[in-house]
Amino acid sequence: MRKLIVLCSCLIFIVLAGCSQPPKPSNKILLWHWMTDRNDTFQRLAQQYKQETGIEVIVQLFAPSDSYSQKIIAAAQANVLPDIYGILDKKSIVADFIKAGLVTDLTDAMDADAGSWKNSLFDRALADKRFEVGNIYGVKPGIYGVPIDVTNVQMLYNKKLLAKAGITTAPGTWEEFIKDAQALKRVGITPFVSGWGELWLADCFASNYAFNIMGEEKIFATFRGQVKYTDPDWIRVLSVFADLRDKGVLMDGIVTKGNKYAEQDFALERAAFAFNGSWCVNVYHDMNPGLDYGVIPPPPISTAYPLKIWGGAGSSFVVNAGSPNKDKAIAFLKWLTAKGQQVVLAQETNNLPSNKGALLAISPILKEFAGNMDTTTHPTIWPLNEDPLVIEAFDKGIQAIIIGEKTPQQVAQDVQVVKDRQMARGK
Amino acid sequence: MNTNRYVLWGMTKSTLIHVFLISVALTCLFPIFWMVRCAFMTNETVFVDQGIIPHHLNFGNFAIAWTQGNFAVYFLNSVVYTVCVVGGIVLVSSLAAFSFSRLKFPGKNIIFYMFVAAMMIPLPGSFVALFVMMNKLHLINTRFGYILCMINVGLSMSILLLKTFFDKMSRDLEDAARIDGCGKIGIWWNVALPLARPAIAVIVIFNSLNVWNEYILATLLLGDSQLMPLQRGLMVFQGANSTDYPVLMAGLTMAAIPIIVVYLFMQKHIVKGLSSGAVVG
Amino acid sequence: MNSKAKAAAIFKDNLQNFFFVLPAFAIFCTFYIYPFLNMIFLSFHEWRGIGPMHFIGLQNYQELMSDNLWWDSMGHAGYITLIALTFQNALAFALALACDREIRMKRFYRVVFFIPPVLSEVVVGLIWNWILNPEMQNGQHIGLLNHLLYTSGFPQLVHNWLGDPKTALTTIAIVNSWKGFGWGFIMLLAGLQTIDKQLYEAAKVDGASSWKIFTNVTMPMMMPVILVVVILTILGCMQVFVLILTMVNEGLVNHTDVPVLRILSAMTGTNRFGYACAEAVNFGVILVCISFMTKKLSDKAKQV
Repeated sequence: MRKLIVLCSCLIFIVLAGCSQPPKPSNKILLWHWMTDRNDTFQRLAQQYKQETGIEVIVQLFAPSDSYSQKIIAAAQANVLPDIYGILDKKSIVADFIKAGLVTDLTDAMDADAGSWKNSLFDRALADKRFEVGNIYGVKPGIYGVPIDVTNVQMLYNKKLLAKAGITTAPGTWEEFIKDAQALKRVGITPFVSGWGELWLADCFASNYAFNIMGEEKIFATFRGQVKYTDPDWIRVLSVFADLRDKGVLMDGIVTKGNKYAEQDFALERAAFAFNGSWCVNVYHDMNPGLDYGVIPPPPISTAYPLKIWGGAGSSFVVNAGSPNKDKAIAFLKWLTAKGQQVVLAQETNNLPSNKGALLAISPILKEFAGNMDTTTHPTIWPLNEDPLVIEAFDKGIQAIIIGEKTPQQVAQDVQVVKDRQMARGK
Repeated sequence: MNTNRYVLWGMTKSTLIHVFLISVALTCLFPIFWMVRCAFMTNETVFVDQGIIPHHLNFGNFAIAWTQGNFAVYFLNSVVYTVCVVGGIVLVSSLAAFSFSRLKFPGKNIIFYMFVAAMMIPLPGSFVALFVMMNKLHLINTRFGYILCMINVGLSMSILLLKTFFDKMSRDLEDAARIDGCGKIGIWWNVALPLARPAIAVIVIFNSLNVWNEYILATLLLGDSQLMPLQRGLMVFQGANSTDYPVLMAGLTMAAIPIIVVYLFMQKHIVKGLSSGAVVG
Repeated sequence: MNSKAKAAAIFKDNLQNFFFVLPAFAIFCTFYIYPFLNMIFLSFHEWRGIGPMHFIGLQNYQELMSDNLWWDSMGHAGYITLIALTFQNALAFALALACDREIRMKRFYRVVFFIPPVLSEVVVGLIWNWILNPEMQNGQHIGLLNHLLYTSGFPQLVHNWLGDPKTALTTIAIVNSWKGFGWGFIMLLAGLQTIDKQLYEAAKVDGASSWKIFTNVTMPMMMPVILVVVILTILGCMQVFVLILTMVNEGLVNHTDVPVLRILSAMTGTNRFGYACAEAVNFGVILVCISFMTKKLSDKAKQV
């Protein structure tokens, strides 16, 4: 027994004896990421960087992205964030990280040499982690992250399946789209599939048409609480989904379908239209290299305002402000977003580069995606965002409309109830 | 006539039972068959080929899974973690359960009910606190830290099961051992543990399964890929967007084999009488 | 022995006994108690995961009481548990009874029935998604279940199983039971095998029918094992969530929500750690109450 006591005390002593020392600058940079399909390319580029500069970049992968986010939050609390990492969350959370002193302000590095770094990258991509003057988060204006790729979400169409239904050109308006869908149904082809089991994708589709129907000012006014969700324009947005449901355009089970399965469906030619992001090119290529398809923005339903698709930075990295290797980390990110490396990344992983100069190297189908980059928007670049609980009610309401449980009017009322409650709480 | 009818009824009953068992068994075997079948295809054919046996057998996936997934390292890590955690749990929980069952000390019941209650309170929101504390103890990114954490995960159920088993232990054997000069540890080692073999077998199976299939805590608490367990290696095949199904299935098949082997070894101990009369909650 | 020496001896004895529990208790305190207390602490605050925490007292709990989505999710988990308690455990019991007598292939069945619990959720999700696929391509049903129903002469039963609010939860509950019956099977089989064969002989000599034997011999002897299986089923099924994620993603509107998913959604979807912790504490308290009631019921049944 005495031995046991002695053993326990020794153990406790050893454990407590380790004291934390402030990290010293070294020739090693630690990078945490979540992109499984790019891990190999990152490792190779890190090797190349070491040969060129002698600085070792340790690349560590943590997947899936939910686990990655958990790890980042936990590491932030324990103050052990790596030199380079990513924040996979809403802009308000990014703001929290900045205010907690965990993110380096990169504006100076971007503006150096007459803005050479800044100008080499797409402005839309930089906007993802950029905070404007007078932002509602109270963050000092500037650029806080480095985009390493861009994406956007658009509609895809299978040329072969469309031809089977006698359609020769992709639809340009909503009416044409519905007509095409009905022609497809007549020859037994399911018109449309998308991963609307993942709420954000359904939200994205709704948002595209919200911009088209009422314009961005009214949308932001709704977020501020100045316009109600029971407004006819919002009901029109929700009716888009009722219309799709009534005309039989949607694939069965679309409401519980994850994006992975929706991508399978389109790749295996089970549906003629899909709504997905530019990353899908990689997936389709793996599953069906012979797939003949094209890219179009969702066909507008109104001529009042332009339809805006979601797009911008796909993945971006931030630099830990508490890191002793800040400068080296920034230098590495600058190298990673330089034309040469961006070309490598684009070619090996079929993602759109964030460097404008690397556009020439991408495949034709990716070029079609890239063509619409200027009409993109994204929640992260809006002056304010809707409360998450309201968004959840809205997205779940879309699902309810699709399965025929509720009408657009009912959903609008439900969402407004949640909105009123959240506004009363002072959110 | 009566005998014939009785025999006929007996045969029908026997056939029906067989049909019942076989049909359920088929639904259980189906996933294994499906996994293996997928493992022999390519990403392009995996959803298209309708044949029971794939038209074109692709043998390369297993090799790809092994090398690309860095399988050897992750596999070894998983084996180490499973052995250490299960061994640790059996040791620690049997000591504790023995004390709860046979020995007395103040606060015994309170502590026991705390262990039992722990099974009922999920801790999804606790990972932040866990990480912060592990970091203070310098256990982040260490095998030791991960093993300790996983031991904790399996403690409650193991202690409950073992305590109910020890409760049923005959006092005579214990007294005999004491007369022979065994101390408390002696009784634990010589009498309690051998008698509890079926319960220990269940605990070994249950916890081996848990540790083998675990990846959430591994992703959280470990950093270097050299320390990662098998499931983490399989995650690599489930790309953020593009999943290489055949290679993933090959990997999953290889990952499922050891755990089935463990079950095969342990299950004959269970049947020797898990309840031996009664297992009381 | 004078009283002082006696007290010292008792103290030494207690300490020795406590040391048996010490390793388990030390690990438990470090890895469970501390995060648990932290969770309770957080439930009285509002926190986004990063940044300052705001103390808001019982506000999270007040909001919880009127949160319909939370109580609905509790009901859904309860429904899944109920199906498991009946269908899953009845199946496990029936299989165990069948295997108790079957000598041929018994070992084969014992291994095969344990395969579903061993499978990873990834495989289970993929397979069942394929089986339950409601779509058609080129005039043929893609999903195996619909295909079988259609070709075996039940076209009217073809259905969108996971996409219809009326059938989605039941479908999930059945898949959950399929995955879980293996555990009940081994435990019940083991229990059956330890019933003294002489009891059966005696009953048969007394002229009892198979049903009477079952109710008077088998069931009473199996009660303790059944109780353990019941409690473990309840605890396991109430906390189900990975299976639901792999089958219906973020859920069919709110019809397939379960408590753990609501907690995760509060944490990562709406960044409300404090509220998530309040939900978790509430969930834990309810589970403790259920377990307590189950034990009380079983004690009463034992007396009868």
